[in-house]
Amino acid sequence: MAEDRDIHLSTPRETSPAFWVTGFVLLVLMPLLNVLPPEDSWLHLSDFSLNRFGKFLAFAILALGLDLIWGYTGILSLGQGVFFGLGAYCMGMHLMLTIGKESVYGSDLPDFMVWNQVKELPLFWKPFYSFPAAVIGAVLVPTVFALVFGFLAFRSRIKGVYFAIITQALALVAWLVFNRNETNLGGTNGLTDFKQLLGFRLSESGTQRALYVITVLCLGGAYVLCQWIIRSRAGKVLIAVRDSEQRVAFSGYAPANYKLFVFVVAAALAGLAGLLYVPQVGIITPAQIGVLPSLEMVIWVAVGGRGTLAGAVLGAVSVNLGRSVLTNYFPELWPFMLGGLFVSVVLLFPDGLVGILHKLRDRISARKSAPLAEGEAQA
Amino acid sequence: MRRSGRSLRLCAVFLLLCSVQDRAAAIELQPSSAPSLSLDQALTQLTSDDETVRETALRTVIEQGDAALIPRLDEIRANADRSVRQAIKPVMDLLKHRANLENPDQDVRRSAATDLGLARRGVAIPWLERAAGKETHKWVRYTMEESAALLRLAADDQATKLEAIDKLAALSSQNAVPSLKELADAGRAASATGRQQELSQAAAAAIERIETWAAWSNAIETIFRGISLSSILLIMSVGLAVVFGLMGVINMAHGELMMVGAYGTFLTQEFFKAFLSPGLFDHYFLLAMPVAFLLAASCGLLLEATVIRFLYGRPLETMLATWGVSLILMQAARVYFGDLTAVVAPAWLNGGQQMMVGVFLPNNRLFVIALSAICVAIIYAVLFRSALGLRVRAVTQNRNMSACLGIPTRKVDAYTFAFGSGLAGVAGWALTLIGNVEPGLGQNYIVDSFMVVVTGGVGKLAGTIVASLGIGGLNKLLEPGLGAVYGKVCILVLVILFLQWRPSGLFAVKGRHADS
Repeated sequence: MAEDRDIHLSTPRETSPAFWVTGFVLLVLMPLLNVLPPEDSWLHLSDFSLNRFGKFLAFAILALGLDLIWGYTGILSLGQGVFFGLGAYCMGMHLMLTIGKESVYGSDLPDFMVWNQVKELPLFWKPFYSFPAAVIGAVLVPTVFALVFGFLAFRSRIKGVYFAIITQALALVAWLVFNRNETNLGGTNGLTDFKQLLGFRLSESGTQRALYVITVLCLGGAYVLCQWIIRSRAGKVLIAVRDSEQRVAFSGYAPANYKLFVFVVAAALAGLAGLLYVPQVGIITPAQIGVLPSLEMVIWVAVGGRGTLAGAVLGAVSVNLGRSVLTNYFPELWPFMLGGLFVSVVLLFPDGLVGILHKLRDRISARKSAPLAEGEAQA
Repeated sequence: MRRSGRSLRLCAVFLLLCSVQDRAAAIELQPSSAPSLSLDQALTQLTSDDETVRETALRTVIEQGDAALIPRLDEIRANADRSVRQAIKPVMDLLKHRANLENPDQDVRRSAATDLGLARRGVAIPWLERAAGKETHKWVRYTMEESAALLRLAADDQATKLEAIDKLAALSSQNAVPSLKELADAGRAASATGRQQELSQAAAAAIERIETWAAWSNAIETIFRGISLSSILLIMSVGLAVVFGLMGVINMAHGELMMVGAYGTFLTQEFFKAFLSPGLFDHYFLLAMPVAFLLAASCGLLLEATVIRFLYGRPLETMLATWGVSLILMQAARVYFGDLTAVVAPAWLNGGQQMMVGVFLPNNRLFVIALSAICVAIIYAVLFRSALGLRVRAVTQNRNMSACLGIPTRKVDAYTFAFGSGLAGVAGWALTLIGNVEPGLGQNYIVDSFMVVVTGGVGKLAGTIVASLGIGGLNKLLEPGLGAVYGKVCILVLVILFLQWRPSGLFAVKGRHADS
């Protein structure tokens, strides 16, 4: 799979203009379109759309991490939903606790604990009264978990299909644990009915707009971080691991350490995505962290174009946009579409949307300077 | 009745005391001092206003009547007032159970014996003992003896009680434990008489004996459940293992091929229901197996030709593509068949075999165990005794050289994949015995079968067998203590730890590859 996938190696050192243009559109233009034009203008971006977009961008942060580990390092992790879920539940627990007396039962405890006759807050909930603890926890818990899991997995050289299957089992088990844990984590219903964050009402469009802006900033930060990793020496080793781990090992590197590092970074980004997702969507349930969601995350990256950071972002946004449009109009059709995406992205366009764009660009430039391109094609 | 005069007198006193609560029990245990009645007289006196007359009549009915009286009793009951109705009902039940003790169906005999034991009517003791003497089926006789001993336990004669306790201990009767506990507790009270203490000691000893036995039979049942689950896992993962081991293809749609097999079984059943005589219905299940195999195998062939053959040597991509196929198949089944479809198991798979006291093995589980053994045998035969098997092994070892020697490698790939898919269909066929046929059928098992394949190692069937035994057995071993969820968590942790020790599974292919 490696031979035709050296696009990133040729990317220039400086950040491309597309990054700044996209950043400007997402960070400045879209919130402005939400605020300034009157509601009936066609330029107006509704609160709903902006909020939905914020959700997709949170997913894009996760996709960046997944691209780092799958696209660049060649390790297929089917358990990314678990790390996402850990981050999301950390934030969800904080939001649950800040509801306070506003809950249906007016108790200090979350509602589901009242139903389940839990008298006292479980110990592991207590740190989440504090907002900084929740934010740090949302990133740190998945990180530590990935560190332990990854250490065990990579040390024993579990790789390829084996690693994919083990992480898939991890997703199944995490789903089971969260699903059956009615008394401590709300079971199937998950955590929901959030009211406020740091004193701001979550139902207000201003709060949601702020959350959107924060998400865009985090995405930008994550993008820069990933780019920095890839352009560093470590990034070169990661790509080398993907192409031939054996050769990397024989050259005197310890591939396991690099793999562990990138796995942990991916988990941290997934946790961050979960942290940003929860206040924007207002609910987190075990259904979002199981086997199928974890696989869908992989497909975001594949559709966008694996091995390019822009592809990961593009894939996460476009697949989710497609999903949210299609499930609205043809709910029965979406699984067919998703299945078809899985098959066609592997068989027909392995480089994803970015690959298609690159091909188009090449074709256009080839038409401009036909004789030169001929020589290139042969090379 | 083997009862001494003293015990009858005691009986009378005791019954006088408790007749208020348990009138029906009083009826049959009183000494028959009342003038004897003919059955016809008794029947007319059942509705008498005088309670003693009525009780004599009821007793006569129980002692002399048989099941033929039930319709007449029913008639009387229909016209009588409430208290009479309440008195007649247990009598009718007794007569019915008594008749059922001679029913040709062993299950009916057995449940009649159980009911008589629970009814706590001493009058049933001789019936049960007579029936037990004639009974040929071991476990029906066991139930009759157990019920008789349970009834004797309620007698008032010390010797009879002790004898009954011994008998129940010898039978390892689980049903006796509550009554025995009562006796044991009664003897420990401060006010207990010497007789009660004697009974209490005997009861305590009996309980211990019964519980030791129960522990053993529990252990045996756990082992059986483990083997049963293991064989289900084995059937499911063996097709996966063939494809993964020999071709390096991880087929995520394997679960959906099982679903295809299960729906094939369902369709065969519907066909039999619609077009063939009901007498043939029991045979549908056997015919459904080839149907399931062929359906799944042809789906596999199609899948190989359209998707998988472009992806050989790229297992991760194959995984994603086949997962997509699985989503499509699942949704197609959901759209076409709806959510739940039940398959009726054939009559010969209902019920089960009693191995020993407290150990009951359901037929369908036994069937699945046997089937998994047969499947493994067939796979061995195909791989190691057939021309196709030889070619498959050759292609696995060195594809290029095989091609040079004239083996059509493309065809071998296709047939191997179709064979593995057919095995998934057979697994689906077997799964209809255990659960519902639903679109999500494959999803419920797929992760487990992957774990089996990974733990077992690629390429060796022995690994799959040992791994499914290990994981299945461990699952059933952990489940009682940890619960299903944490049992599964525990198994995942154990598998990861196991892979620390053997990264490429239990039976890894030996070779000089530092990295494969």
